[in-house]
Amino acid sequence: MAEATEEKKADADSKRVHTYPLIRHSDMNDEMKTEAMELCVTACEKFATNNENAAKMIKDTMDKKFGASWHAVVGEGYGFEITHEVKNLLYMFFGGNMAIIVWKCS
Amino acid sequence: MPPKPIKAKAAPTSDPRKRSKRGDGDDLTEVGDGTEQDDWMQAKTLVKPDDQLELNETELKEEFTRILTANNPHAPQNIVRYSFKERQYKQTSSVDQLAVHFALDGNLLHKDSDEARRQLSRMGLSEQKEEEKEEEKEEVAEAEGGAAAEEGGEEGGAEGEGKEEGGEEGASPAPPVAKGGSKEKKLTNQFNFSDRASQTYNNPFRDRGTVTEPPPRASFASNVTQWEIFDAYQEDFEKQEKSKEKKVLPGRKEEGKTKKKFTMTETSNDDISRIESATKIVERMVNQNTYDDIAQDFKYWEDVSDEYRDQEGTLLPLWRFSFEKAKKLAITSVCWSPGYKDLFAVSCGSYDFMKQGNGLIIFWTLKNPSFPECFFEADSGVMCLDIHPQHQHYIAAGFYDGSVAVFSTVERRDGPIHRCTAKNGKHTDPVWQVRWQKDDADNNMNFYSISSDGRICLWTILKNEMVYQDVIRLCLPDVSAEGPDGIKVPTTGCGTAFDFHKQKDYLFLVGTEEGKVHICSKAYTSHFIDSIDAHNMAVYKVCWNHYHPKIFITCSADWTVKIWEMKDKMDKNEGGDDSRKPLFSFDLNNSVGDVAWSPYSSTVFAAVTSDGKAFVYDLNVNKYEPLCEQMVAQKKKTKLTHIDFNPTFPMVIVGDDRGNVISLKLSPNLRKMKAEKKGAPPVDEATKIQREVEKLEKILSMVREQPTEATAN
Repeated sequence: MAEATEEKKADADSKRVHTYPLIRHSDMNDEMKTEAMELCVTACEKFATNNENAAKMIKDTMDKKFGASWHAVVGEGYGFEITHEVKNLLYMFFGGNMAIIVWKCS
Repeated sequence: MPPKPIKAKAAPTSDPRKRSKRGDGDDLTEVGDGTEQDDWMQAKTLVKPDDQLELNETELKEEFTRILTANNPHAPQNIVRYSFKERQYKQTSSVDQLAVHFALDGNLLHKDSDEARRQLSRMGLSEQKEEEKEEEKEEVAEAEGGAAAEEGGEEGGAEGEGKEEGGEEGASPAPPVAKGGSKEKKLTNQFNFSDRASQTYNNPFRDRGTVTEPPPRASFASNVTQWEIFDAYQEDFEKQEKSKEKKVLPGRKEEGKTKKKFTMTETSNDDISRIESATKIVERMVNQNTYDDIAQDFKYWEDVSDEYRDQEGTLLPLWRFSFEKAKKLAITSVCWSPGYKDLFAVSCGSYDFMKQGNGLIIFWTLKNPSFPECFFEADSGVMCLDIHPQHQHYIAAGFYDGSVAVFSTVERRDGPIHRCTAKNGKHTDPVWQVRWQKDDADNNMNFYSISSDGRICLWTILKNEMVYQDVIRLCLPDVSAEGPDGIKVPTTGCGTAFDFHKQKDYLFLVGTEEGKVHICSKAYTSHFIDSIDAHNMAVYKVCWNHYHPKIFITCSADWTVKIWEMKDKMDKNEGGDDSRKPLFSFDLNNSVGDVAWSPYSSTVFAAVTSDGKAFVYDLNVNKYEPLCEQMVAQKKKTKLTHIDFNPTFPMVIVGDDRGNVISLKLSPNLRKMKAEKKGAPPVDEATKIQREVEKLEKILSMVREQPTEATAN
C-alpha cells in the first residue's frame, strides 16, 4: 500500500509539474506567440471540459486580434498536416494532456 | 350627305364582278342590270337535301298541327317534398322545365357592353383621350351610316361607274375615310407589326489585372498522442533542471559556450575544406580540357623537321602562365620543385630602382595554367627564391629591401613564417640569391643569401627564430688602396650570384657586380680561394656543371656567357690571375639575364637575353654557335629574365619582365643524348654520369689544347 501511495504521489508531482503550457513549435514572433499562448491557456481553462468551445474561442479571438482565417485544433490525440502562412503557427501542449495547434491560412 | 357615301361604298363591291364576267361591257349596262337581278334571285333558290320526301300538292297542303309547349316531357312530375309547415308530404308543383342540350360560350362581346368598354379602355390607354372622344362621336354617326350603306350597296349597283368614281373623289370623301383611319388606329392589329432596332456603339472594354504575391506558406505536420505530450514535458522539465544547475555554476556555463563557438568555427572550416579538394579537381579537369592540345603537344609532339636539320633545334611554346597580380612585375627567379615535376615557383619583383613596389611568390603547376596553385604577397619586391630540396613546402626568399624570409605552403597563412628585420641581420641592399643547404649538425634548416651589400649570410632556422651568421664579406682589395688621404677605406664588393658545389659542401662560387667571380670556401670568411676577372659588367649567374665537378658557367650584362674550369691552386699559381681565360665564351648580343645547365646532358645549357631571345647550346654538337636561337617573348621590348630546366621533362620555363612565365618544349635535336648503342643494357646512374663527364672532358681537352681558338669567339 505504501508503495502504491508513493507512486501516486510521484504521479501527482509529475502532473503538477507538467501542467504549464509548453510551446512545441512556433514560428511566430515573440509578442504574438506570448499572446496566442496566453489565449490558448485561457480558453482551455475556461472550457476545460469542452474542447470544441475552447477551439472556437481561440479561433474567434485570434481572428479578431490578428485578422481573419485562423484555425485552431484542441485535443488530446490527433494527427495533422497543415499548410499555414509563415510566421503564423503555434503548436503547444497544455495541461499535461492537451495539444493545441493554432495557425492562420486564408 | 348620307346617300352619296352609300353609293360610293356599294360600287367597289359590284365592280369586279362585272368586269370579270363580261370584260368591257360598259354599253350593256341596262341589260346587264336585268341579268344581275336574275342572278341574285337564282342565288336564293332552295337547296333540297337528297333524302327529302317528295310530296305532292295535296300532301303538301295537308295541315299538321304542332303545338310547342314549355313543358319538358322528361321532367319528373311526381316529386314530393316534406312540408314542415303542414307536416305532410306534398307534391311540388314547380318543376324545372329547362333542359339544356348544347351550350357554347362565345368569345364575342357587344361593343357597348361594360366588359367591352373596359377592355377598350385597357388596350387604348396609350391613345389620347381626344381620340376617344372623337371615336364616341363617330360611333354614333357610324351606327346610322353603316345601316344606310348596306341598303345602298344593294340598290346603288345600278348607277354608273364614272359617276361613282367622280363622287368618290369629288365632293364626299372625308367622313368615311377619316372614320376608317381612326378605326384602324383604334383596333391595333397585334399580328401586324415591325421591329425597329438600333445599336449604339459599345464602348471598348479593357481588362486589367494584377495578382498579388500570396503570403508565404509552409507546411507543418505532426502527431499528437498522450505519450508524446508526456515525453515533451519530460524533456522540457529536464532541460529546465539543467539550466537551473547551470545558473548555479556560471563559470561552467561560459566554458560550455566557448566550446560551442569553437566547434562551430571548426565545422565551418570543415565545410570549406571539404569542397576544396573537389573544386581543385574540377578546376584541373576544366583546364585539362581547355588546354588539351597543349598537353598533347607537351607529351607527344616532336619536331619532325629536326631530322633534316643536323645542328639546329627549336623550342615549342607550351603553356603560358600569367597572373593578374604579377602583370606589372618582373620574374626575378624561377625554380622547379624538386619533389613535384609539374610544380614550379617564381618570384616577382622589379629590377628597376625607380619602380619598386610589392612582390609576389607564385606557385604554378603545369596542370593548371589559368590560376596559381598558391601565392604569397609581399610588401617588397621578391628578388629570389629557393625551394628546400627535402622539405618542399619551405621556400626561402630574398627581398629587394634586403630582408630574407621563409615561407611555408602547408601552413595556411598569408605571410612568411620567418622574416629577418633590421635588428637581426637584414641585408642593406637587395638580396640577389638564396640557396638552401643541407641541414646542419643539429638538424636545423639553413640557407645562404647574397646581397649587393657584400655580405653572404648563413641563416639558420631554429624553433621560433632565424639566426644569421656572416660567412663572407666581399671587398675589393685593389680599390680600397685608393684612399685620397691615405686612409684605407674598405670598399665592399657587390655580390649578385652564387652557386654551391654539388659535391664539395664547402666550395662555392660568388659572382659580383664588378664582373668578378670568386671561388670561396665556407671555412674562410675573409679571403677567397680563387678570384677571376670574369666579366666586364655585373655577373648575373654562376652555375656549376651538373656532371663535371670543375666546370662552371657564368653569364653577365656584358652580353657574354662564359664557361670556366676551376683550377687547382697549383695551376693557378702557375698561370697567374691575369692570364685566366674562359674555356668558352659566347657573345649573345644582349645582356644575358640567366644561364642554366641542362640536367640531362653535361654539354647542354640555355641562356636568355634582354632582347627576348632564348639560346640553347650543345657543346657536343657545336662549340661556337647555338643550336637554337629563338624569339620567345610575345611582345617587343619584353626582356627575358630567367630560365630553368625541368629536372625530368624536356622542357624549360622562361620568365620575362612582365610577370609571364612561358614553358617551352625542347625539340629532339636540343636533347640529344650520347648516341646509345642499340641493344646495350640500360646504364645505371653512375656510368651515365661517368659518360657525361667523359663527353665534356673530351670536348674540353680539345679546347685546352688550343685555348686561343676557343676564346677568340
